[in-house]
Amino acid sequence: MNIRSVSLTAWIGMTGIAIAVIAAAFAPWLAPYGENQVVGAPWEAASQAFPLGLDNLGRDLLSRMIYGARMTLFVSFCATVLSFSLGVVLSFVAAVTRGFVDMGLSRLNDLMMSIPTLIFALIVLAALPQNLAVLIGVMAVLDSTRVFRLGRALAGDIAVMDFVEAARLRGEKTLWIVFREILPNAMTPLLAEFGLRLAFAVLFISTLSFLGLGIQPPTADWGGMVKDNKDGIIFGISAALVPGAAIAVLTISINLVVDWLLNRTSSLKGGRGG
Amino acid sequence: MTENQPVTSAAGKAPVPGPLAVLRARFPMGSRIGERFLLGIGLLFASSVLIFAGIEILPGDFAETYLGQSATPQAIANLSAEFGLDQPLVTRYFDWLFNVLHGDFGNSWASGQSVSTQIADRLGNSLILAGAAAIIAVPLAVGLGLLAVLYRDRLVDRLINLISLAAVSLPEFFVAYLLIMVFVVQHPVTAFPATVYDSMTLLEKLQTIILPVATLVLVVIAHMMRMTRAAIINVMASAYMETAELKGIGALRAIVKHAAPNALAPIINVVALNLAYLIVGVVVVEVVFVYPGMGQYMVDAVTVRDLPVVQGCGLVFAAIYILLNMTADILSILANPRLRHPR
Repeated sequence: MNIRSVSLTAWIGMTGIAIAVIAAAFAPWLAPYGENQVVGAPWEAASQAFPLGLDNLGRDLLSRMIYGARMTLFVSFCATVLSFSLGVVLSFVAAVTRGFVDMGLSRLNDLMMSIPTLIFALIVLAALPQNLAVLIGVMAVLDSTRVFRLGRALAGDIAVMDFVEAARLRGEKTLWIVFREILPNAMTPLLAEFGLRLAFAVLFISTLSFLGLGIQPPTADWGGMVKDNKDGIIFGISAALVPGAAIAVLTISINLVVDWLLNRTSSLKGGRGG
Repeated sequence: MTENQPVTSAAGKAPVPGPLAVLRARFPMGSRIGERFLLGIGLLFASSVLIFAGIEILPGDFAETYLGQSATPQAIANLSAEFGLDQPLVTRYFDWLFNVLHGDFGNSWASGQSVSTQIADRLGNSLILAGAAAIIAVPLAVGLGLLAVLYRDRLVDRLINLISLAAVSLPEFFVAYLLIMVFVVQHPVTAFPATVYDSMTLLEKLQTIILPVATLVLVVIAHMMRMTRAAIINVMASAYMETAELKGIGALRAIVKHAAPNALAPIINVVALNLAYLIVGVVVVEVVFVYPGMGQYMVDAVTVRDLPVVQGCGLVFAAIYILLNMTADILSILANPRLRHPR
């Protein structure tokens, strides 16, 4: 990949992602105060010591933002990786084996997609115990339906190519065909989709936390911080807008990179699909 | 085109036996609509099973959670019997389904009130919210999409593209609190929270819900516009549009006579998809604005694990979503000129 071919918007996006990742990775060293350390009065205004002010319990907002990046990124990244592994493997297997397996998986997927994701998540979370593993699992399974649909379409196109037929005639096993023949050829669109799903996962976990059903306090995460500080809005205290803006900037950044990736792939194909 | 449809019919590829194939050839449109309708009913039924079973099969005994510290085996047994939890799963499902089909969603575990009455009250409120947002957002989005195509690859298009890319990425609650910050706190033009009462007239209600509607419009419009743009560009790139251009007919005539009929189906799809998205967006917006609708009801119920309410609301949301998608598919079948004549 040529560095010069990276567009300006893509650079902006990558910078945004890099800042969030660095904040998440080095949170204990970067944050001036502890995650749950009360350092002053509730909603104290921004000052030299506290650049973003304090939150509803008098904790440093900047420190919680940095720790929050950790939780938000960790959960959305895990959920996306899991949903991708699940969706890609299942969809490719469905496309390669065809017949009964394909039919069953595709119909099940249609059924899962016929209920809106958030509603489905609410239903399932009402019954399941609330912990991190459950949360990531639910997000991954629900999101994998979208990956499955794309993967099924991609693999359906690739599975009829001659080189796949050749591999079949060579007597390769299903898993070989999935991982060695189809996956490498579907990589770029899948990479773009990974970005889209990641952006969606960030929004989704933030929404769940905002509704009080995601990451539970006192652990800091951006969606939950909006919820914590929302009552200040009517008094003109903008503490809730800071984590909200961070979520927005992160998802915009991811989308900018994805947009560039998609444009790049469509120009590789000679502009097909505009 | 079919790839973008929310639910593709299974009948497309399966080998159809003789008489059905004849029917499909004679009435291409009617039979396809019939198939899609049956699929919708099937999905509705299957999703009711999923919603019921999803809650019942998952681990976590409600009676134990509900009683907390005082969960003696006797108390758990009593509570289970009271809520009918000691019956077999299949019996309970059909009891539930039978009651739901008769408009009875059971009683809330938390408050003991009838879920149906609550849903009836709140569904109207939510529909007003989503409906108002749709009436504003749909023409605006389609118009902007057309504008973007008209000035394709020029500054206007790039600007619209970049702004909408940003807007797609904004969480609903951020948009909502930003609007509250600007239009309630800094320039008080409207009230917060946007709670409506039954005693209000429609006009008063509409005045109260300006901000929640604005939030929904902002959230949904960008996505709808981008998809409209893509759909029209897709049609404009086809060979017959090139032919029309080479024939020398004007741009307007080419768009109205040749592009529009073919772009109709994808645009209908875009609109329906986003209307369905509004249904979900309503949940968050209602919580932010303390608006007495279905979404808030459901979120509250999930927090206290009030399963009859969650099941009822979930089913209603799923039903609306499925019906909207079905309507979209049927409308785009109707809009497809290729299906108007028997082959």
